[in-house]
Amino acid sequence: MGSRWSPYDNNGGTCVAIAGSDYCVIAADTRMSTGYSILTRDYSKICKLADKAVMASSGFQADVRALQKNLAAKHLTYQHQHNKQMSCPAMAHLLSNTLYYKRFFPYYSFNVLGGLDNEGKGCVYTYDAVGSYERVGYSTQGSGSSLIMPVLDNQLKSPSPLLLPAKDAVTPLSESDAVDLVKDVFASATERDIYTGDAVEIVVINAGGIRRESIDLRKD
Amino acid sequence: MTIFVGGFVFQFDGFQKKAAETMKHAHGTTTLAFIFKEGVIVAADSRASMGGYISSQSVKKIIEINPYMLGTMAGGAADCQFWHRNLGIKCRLHELANKRRISVTGASKLLANILYSYRGMGLSIGTMIAGWDETGPGLYYVDSEGGRLKGKRFSVGSGSPYAYGVLDDGYRFDMSVEEAAELARRAIYHATFRDGASGGVASVYYVGPDGWKKLSGDDVGELHYKYYPAVVEQEMAEVTIA
Repeated sequence: MGSRWSPYDNNGGTCVAIAGSDYCVIAADTRMSTGYSILTRDYSKICKLADKAVMASSGFQADVRALQKNLAAKHLTYQHQHNKQMSCPAMAHLLSNTLYYKRFFPYYSFNVLGGLDNEGKGCVYTYDAVGSYERVGYSTQGSGSSLIMPVLDNQLKSPSPLLLPAKDAVTPLSESDAVDLVKDVFASATERDIYTGDAVEIVVINAGGIRRESIDLRKD
Repeated sequence: MTIFVGGFVFQFDGFQKKAAETMKHAHGTTTLAFIFKEGVIVAADSRASMGGYISSQSVKKIIEINPYMLGTMAGGAADCQFWHRNLGIKCRLHELANKRRISVTGASKLLANILYSYRGMGLSIGTMIAGWDETGPGLYYVDSEGGRLKGKRFSVGSGSPYAYGVLDDGYRFDMSVEEAAELARRAIYHATFRDGASGGVASVYYVGPDGWKKLSGDDVGELHYKYYPAVVEQEMAEVTIA
């Protein structure tokens, strides 16, 4: 039996997001691959959707770009109707519905959405390909996620929000410590994941606005 | 390519196969609900897994449809989340149109009819709709194969055989709320103990005449020490050399 044509490809890549009490860090590597080939070493996987909502996406970058354009168009309509920027929790729900809309021919994209909520607190939302989502304190998606997640759990795990009586669940980390942790986990993932490397793009959102920086990683 | 979803078998080809692979399934779950003298108890674990990888330990598998009705989640995480929210909207619209809350019977049938219209298209949902309406406590099991059953006691998910074992053994209609909650918690705990795909936090809800209330949320890792207190079986002793 011959192999059938497939509309999907996996371009790899890893995304991480960490929420703090008054900031949010969203990061992704800039390598884009297919199989053993590296297509480019400086492809940004991070997209600013609104003033306080930034999305990082790995998976199939053609689907990711289509998704980003779709969300940008919906956000433009929202701005015309409401004369304001969409909040991060609203954008999180919009992203969920947009992904589920293609339930029977999904966007092959694995997203994390980070930003500030209506009270100015950092927020991270994590998704599957068809729109199931959850607000969390930190998350990672993509090819290096299974290498990074245990490290984040070890360093940042806080009591579950489902516990009753409730326990306070804020990531006990300063903004600069969070950025340093992100650099470390990407450097480590690059050592063991062939789809992660070249550089890591880090976006920090706080009351002052959005800041971007880029750190080199191994290129082999 | 054959994909097993909650005991059902689907045959996929071409990109449908690839599309199905991208879906994270929250199957590998334990949920239960039962009716007793005082109302309904609903309980669930909180683990989501993709194959052997635990993708989350903090999933809200008990969905608050409105202050008098709860839904449980087993199967595809996105399918359950999306259609329960959709059901919540439909229930609110019913309330606005008819100036009274929808019955549990009516709500479960709204969902079952939607799911039946998508039958054979690969949705994966196994849910219980529990609540309190004008007729008293209500409980229905609804799934994506089109099934809808009314009952007093259900458990859904890969951990359900273990939960049923504890539940069927300990169930009495005339329990107090505290006894019922303890039974539900114990059933979820024992399911997480034997089923690798269930774990995290055991949440227990109660629905009575005044609506639902969350009674407890316990890390099952800590519940272990409650159900199996550490006992020193044998003290270390000097070995006597003959």
